[in-house]
Amino acid sequence: MTLKAKAFKFGDDVNTDYIISGKHKFKSIDMDDMSKHAMEELDPEYYAKVKPNGGFLVAGSNFGMGSSREQAPLVLIGSNTKAVLAKSFARIFYRNAINTGLPVVECDTDLIDDGDVLELDLTAGLLHDVTKGIDIPFPPLPPVMAQLLADGGLVEHFKKHGGFAL
Amino acid sequence: MLVRDSVRRRRGQRRDLGRVSDIAGKTIAEKIFSAHAGTDAHAGDIVIADVDFVMGQDGTSPLAIKALEAMGVEKVFDPKKVAVVIDHSSPSPLEGVSALHTIMRDFGKRTGAKVYDVGCGVCHQLIPENGHVVPGDLMVGCDSHTCTYGALNVFSTGVGSTDGAAAMAAGKLWFKVPETIKVTLTGKLPEGAFSKDMILLVAGKLGADGATYKAIEFGGPAIDALSVDARMTMSNMAIEVGAKAGLMLADAKTLAWYEGRGERTPSPVAPDADAIYVAEHTWDVSELTPQIAKPHSVDNVSPIAEVAGTPIQQGYLGTCTNGRLEDLAIAAFILNGRKVHEDVRFIVAPASRQIYLDAIAEGYISTLVEAGAAVVTPGCGPCVGTHNGVPSDGENVISTANRNFKGRMGNSNAFVYLGSPATVAASVIEGAITDPRKYFEE
Repeated sequence: MTLKAKAFKFGDDVNTDYIISGKHKFKSIDMDDMSKHAMEELDPEYYAKVKPNGGFLVAGSNFGMGSSREQAPLVLIGSNTKAVLAKSFARIFYRNAINTGLPVVECDTDLIDDGDVLELDLTAGLLHDVTKGIDIPFPPLPPVMAQLLADGGLVEHFKKHGGFAL
Repeated sequence: MLVRDSVRRRRGQRRDLGRVSDIAGKTIAEKIFSAHAGTDAHAGDIVIADVDFVMGQDGTSPLAIKALEAMGVEKVFDPKKVAVVIDHSSPSPLEGVSALHTIMRDFGKRTGAKVYDVGCGVCHQLIPENGHVVPGDLMVGCDSHTCTYGALNVFSTGVGSTDGAAAMAAGKLWFKVPETIKVTLTGKLPEGAFSKDMILLVAGKLGADGATYKAIEFGGPAIDALSVDARMTMSNMAIEVGAKAGLMLADAKTLAWYEGRGERTPSPVAPDADAIYVAEHTWDVSELTPQIAKPHSVDNVSPIAEVAGTPIQQGYLGTCTNGRLEDLAIAAFILNGRKVHEDVRFIVAPASRQIYLDAIAEGYISTLVEAGAAVVTPGCGPCVGTHNGVPSDGENVISTANRNFKGRMGNSNAFVYLGSPATVAASVIEGAITDPRKYFEE
């Protein structure tokens, strides 16, 4: 399946407090409401801009550093973020993204500008910048993570196999 | 201060040597994963390993409980090895939070998992304090500062709610065995500088992603000299450089600390002499000055001289980093017979009920309260912006916490500076960031 959307670009070290602030995440587990606050520390309009047509969140290195809050990938999914593309990811966020079914791609995001239209086919391993007319290579997910993502996340994996079947 | 900063990239060397297990020693992480996965585990391997304990807090447990329900799992793998802790918004400031706390209490009743309720304290004090983890263990917690117990020779690491749910259900989880960075701290800490200053130094040197995907082994004479409380401050902040764990050796002090804390037997794990490290750093702390992490990132570190005199409106002593008895003792020593500045709110949260009681018995609490401190419920206090002291627009806070991200304490227009308990105590007296060393010269 090919995902197609615009790039919304951010810098390095985007931490999970910026993805969803503690003052919002401790209040409830209603993700629809919480998603309206996604990325608001860095761009208060993020939800309004991304929700209608979807978008790719494009960042620099160490995306998702800090807290273990799974609300971070969940509010990105809730705001219609199709995938996160970054030069590197913090460890816990990366696992949480896969577990909740948010695609994450490690690639050279310097090649992408804010507003570029991107096409991503995870199965085929293709990322194409339509605006610039270039293909951007990225390494495949480790097999364990690819399987979890293919199953639709860790909950679905457990339901399907009755436990870990990796 | 910088004696040696050698980075030996030995992965290439490892590749040339063929089958690693035949020739190379193991790090603490490799040994703990080998023991818990029942395989000969080396850095880079993916293993499914048994966990000795699983923990969640009130910001993460409700999602984990929801994930368990979605998985169709009704029981936890062993009720004695699962706990949920109500510490981040405790007591509840809002009805929405109260509903989440109810989900956790019901979960405890239903499964037999331990619930640490309002007033018990911060998860990262309660889990070791109650002997739930011992040296040599592997545990996961749904909170990034779960790495704290590395100071007790436990491979403990933060995971998200769904990973936590899987671990609660199965008693195991998949892991990538991490490479290890060895950090050796030599010399003797000068008076007025503390383990918090050492870990801020390390954070500044390694940077916010300096140890991402990796474990750290902390060692050397400056670590050996620390109390267990002070060691936990350092391992707590391993995540601030991206590390999966911040491990230390279990020595006589560690084993003495465990006396009277439960029935489990510690199984200390030491690295082999020929263990392979991805990098090694040695720093001498003999002339370390108090350090400050400036807004808005933990690796934005400078010696205190650079920011001394910056006005502050709030001071905070507490958290899983620095809410332990020794931290309260240091603050009480400085504030004894002195007053908090009239323009400053000074908030104190003991890390646990036991620490609160011990601090009362020692007289620290009355000293702090007489000086003008507001003591709040044992727990996370205002660290994470949910309650108990959200700063106002444009205000500066000096805090013993571990994070100073924009908005962290609940207001994006406030500025959070991080320092040691001594630095916070000295600063709340003067109403400005203050070098605490003068109080140790008398």
